[in-house]
Amino acid sequence: MREFGYQRVFDVPGAVALLGTDPEARFLGGGTNLVDLMKAGVERPALLVDVTELPLGRIEATADGGLRIGATVTNSDLAADPQVRRHYPALAQAVLAGASGQLRNMATIGGNLLQRTRCGYFADLTKPCNKRVPGSGCPAIEGEHHNHAILGASEHCVAVHPSDMGVALTAFDAVVSYETADGPGELPLAEFYLPVGDTPHLETALPSGALITGITLPPNPVAAVSRYRKVRERASYAFAIGSIAAALDVRDGLVREVRLAFGAVASRPWRAREAERLLTGGPASAEAFAAAADAELAAAETLPHNAYKVTLMRNLVVAVLTELTEEATR
Amino acid sequence: MTTTRPLLGSPMTRLEGREKVTGTARYAVDYPVDRVAYAWPVPAAVARGEITAVDATAALADPAVLAVLSYENAPRLHDTDDRTLAVLQSPHIAHRGQFAALAVATSLEAARGAAAAIRVAYAPEPHDVILTRDHPGLYKPDEVDEGMPTDREHGDFDTVYARAQVRLDAVYETPPLHNHPLEPHAATAMWDGDDLTVYDSNQGATAVQHVLAELFGLATGKIHVINEHVGGGFGSKGTARPHVVLAAMAARVVRRPVKLALPRNQLAAVTGHRSPTIQRIRIGADTEGHVQALAHEVTTQISALDGFVEPAAVVSRVMYAAPNSRTTHRVTRLDVPTPSWMRAPGECPGMFALESAMDELAIACGVDPIELRVRNEPTVEPDSGLPFSSRHLVECLREGTRRFGWHDRDPRIAGKHEGRLLIGSGVAASTYPVYVMASHAEAHAGPDGSYEVHVSASDIGTGARTVLTQIAADALGVPLDRVRVRVGSSDLPPASVAGASSGTASWGWPVHKACTELRQRLEALGHSVPEQGLTVAADIAEDLDDREDYARHAFGAQFAEVQVDTVTGETRVRRLLGVFAAGRILNPRTARSQFIGGMTMGLGMALLEGSTMDPAFGDYAERDLASYHVPACADVPEIDVHWIEEEDPQLNPMGSKGIGEIGIVGTAAAIANAVHHATGVRIRALPIHPAVLMPPLAGARQASPS
Repeated sequence: MREFGYQRVFDVPGAVALLGTDPEARFLGGGTNLVDLMKAGVERPALLVDVTELPLGRIEATADGGLRIGATVTNSDLAADPQVRRHYPALAQAVLAGASGQLRNMATIGGNLLQRTRCGYFADLTKPCNKRVPGSGCPAIEGEHHNHAILGASEHCVAVHPSDMGVALTAFDAVVSYETADGPGELPLAEFYLPVGDTPHLETALPSGALITGITLPPNPVAAVSRYRKVRERASYAFAIGSIAAALDVRDGLVREVRLAFGAVASRPWRAREAERLLTGGPASAEAFAAAADAELAAAETLPHNAYKVTLMRNLVVAVLTELTEEATR
Repeated sequence: MTTTRPLLGSPMTRLEGREKVTGTARYAVDYPVDRVAYAWPVPAAVARGEITAVDATAALADPAVLAVLSYENAPRLHDTDDRTLAVLQSPHIAHRGQFAALAVATSLEAARGAAAAIRVAYAPEPHDVILTRDHPGLYKPDEVDEGMPTDREHGDFDTVYARAQVRLDAVYETPPLHNHPLEPHAATAMWDGDDLTVYDSNQGATAVQHVLAELFGLATGKIHVINEHVGGGFGSKGTARPHVVLAAMAARVVRRPVKLALPRNQLAAVTGHRSPTIQRIRIGADTEGHVQALAHEVTTQISALDGFVEPAAVVSRVMYAAPNSRTTHRVTRLDVPTPSWMRAPGECPGMFALESAMDELAIACGVDPIELRVRNEPTVEPDSGLPFSSRHLVECLREGTRRFGWHDRDPRIAGKHEGRLLIGSGVAASTYPVYVMASHAEAHAGPDGSYEVHVSASDIGTGARTVLTQIAADALGVPLDRVRVRVGSSDLPPASVAGASSGTASWGWPVHKACTELRQRLEALGHSVPEQGLTVAADIAEDLDDREDYARHAFGAQFAEVQVDTVTGETRVRRLLGVFAAGRILNPRTARSQFIGGMTMGLGMALLEGSTMDPAFGDYAERDLASYHVPACADVPEIDVHWIEEEDPQLNPMGSKGIGEIGIVGTAAAIANAVHHATGVRIRALPIHPAVLMPPLAGARQASPS
């Protein structure tokens, strides 16, 4: 393990300025992913800038009726927040479906968005990985890939993003706020993660040196009737092999509004816009839900050991939207 | 032997429980040692080949680094039977993850950093790591396990099978499985002249002592192995492992004590595992389900460094009356990590296949699966023809039937829904042999009325220390608090490994014998203890030779209720019940833990666990506890355990059978059978992941919309 500097910071401009002093510096939140990767030699920062004492630990209602979540809010606090539970129940469910109690107590929401894939080849320095060493190859395509991507991947990388929280945030049109030396900025989560293409090592559209300061959820009445369903091999402390965040507003048997995002199928939380488009204004029926899922999954490209995910995601769409329909019309 | 023994059978709490929960119990690398150095191994990064160069320049640039060892400069070791222990002796790499080099430094961090900085160059050779049923390298080994015949044949299987009214022919597969004890394989090694002391995490201090003496060419008495507390082993610590050899070697080179705790991500390659098996079972029966012909043919693998041949067909020599039978094992040598023992080697994978097949036969014959087993109950052990010393499988099945509510079960397949969940239940039998191994013990009476009992037993978390104290106090006829039992050191009277569910019998017998004789001698002395005390030593070798010929096995029955989510393919276990007949239960509290632990591990085998061999690289893909899924609390329902009172005078003075392994035997089949009952989908290759269950479930949903 490389020796590294460590410094705690207490204000946002100071944090950004300190990071700018060293191109090999990294922000440290809960450390639940970064520290593991440092031990494995995947991450080799020269300096850790500990941001957990920054004044970014609050969840506040915005003037327009949305929520602003500070970047250093822990996963546990986010899931327990009464406003989140009432207005965005799928978000609380997603967070609670992830990791373990101990990890959720440490992990921050800023760090959650920036966590790296758990693809085994990425963390193994003795093997190629285009995400870790561009141009070295992707052994997962021929090797272990039962939990790899079916959407939006490329011949260069088939890794999935491991976040549960990000799936719910994506469904609810979250916007990421950040601070740079040149001032603040914003990125919709839908544009936050870059397409894989031939640059899987470039993961986000965040400007170099930027510090995530928070996430804003716009007011979204449909989110009040929402659900996160995570499918996993082990009942707890396991990454999803497929997940879905869904919100639905049904009136008189017709879909007025729908939000749909998939997890564990792509290099980023996958907003199912094609399915949403097909569903909106149409009947809230199992047949319509299945047709919408099929349309979204038409672009799926599967490998020998992950083809089951297509059926899984189709089943999830139908089941969860059916449940929400029943809930809405009860 | 059948008189009331209030101490035996009492639910005594673990003697070291307080130390363990307060963190004061010391494990292998917990001992404070002056001037200690730390070692960190470098695993080979090729699946097969030769090391062509080891460049330690960058590693040695750090003044904290004391040494870098490789085959070029490591001390020479003497040969032993176990070639996995010939660490750093040759440039040849037999499998990925085998140790190529070792860094030793004054801090753990420096050792780890140095290991990362060592540059090992290889000339790789083509490798072959995937087992198939028709692998060209398959051959018939001389024996399986240690001394079991490879093949057995009775009657005329082929003819009778061909003419049978009901025929079943199915192939079952179990994946590689890893023991993954919570405490990794770890050792602290210290030399004092030619005396070597190691604090080592193992299941047998005496066994490790002998192997280290051989490797370093020293008298056994020069080696002192201490394993006071061991954080689990499940078979993977049943023999000396490479880490302890490396630690001892490094300590000799740097002339300081050395600690080496293997990082979790290295364990999968160097500490043994359960081999994958491919098992073909054919059963010919009449329409009432009487088995007339049974073939159980096992295909498995060993490594280029040998290893243990998983004796998975042996259960079919024990379980059911089959006048015509064939049991075979074929093995191939692959460029893979070396397999070894994992909890109930042989019985555990073998009974997944046999007990799944019995369920399939029951359905084919339209006979209740419990009744089917009862109909095929043998009068003597089928293969040997020996009488059973005791066999209460039918009683376990009957008791389980009652407790589980089996009679309320609707036998129809996929007949029970709760919303989108399908509910089903299944049953399977369990069995495990009764082993006992030669061991020694000493009992000492002090003039103050206290007693001390010595035996080189290993308490790997089972409660061995506690039950041995019960056995000793019982034989001495004194209260528990007058007796102190010392275990966990090779300086104590030599004893066998904590393995093959034999510990309580193998250690308890000489303890009982020494204490009984001590009591008699004290009675002869009118209960006046000499000033220097009185010591009696016992050895049970002759007692073992004098035993009559019986087939000795424990039996059990396991029942599972599962729910299968038709949308996601997720299977979760709702209830598990185990009923066992395992001789006299000496401590119900620790015994219950053993049974529950075994069944939990069996649940993991059924639904979660599996190591994936990477064909390109030759290593296992799951190398941490986040990716190798042992059951979490949320996976484990309430597990109900009962046992049948079983009196068997042909066992040992305590009347006990081993209980450490039988709990894992049959669990996976009971769960797979329950999944079939719930869904109509028969999964013959474990584990039953959603990815496996989803496609056939989707097919079933389309075929019969409900």
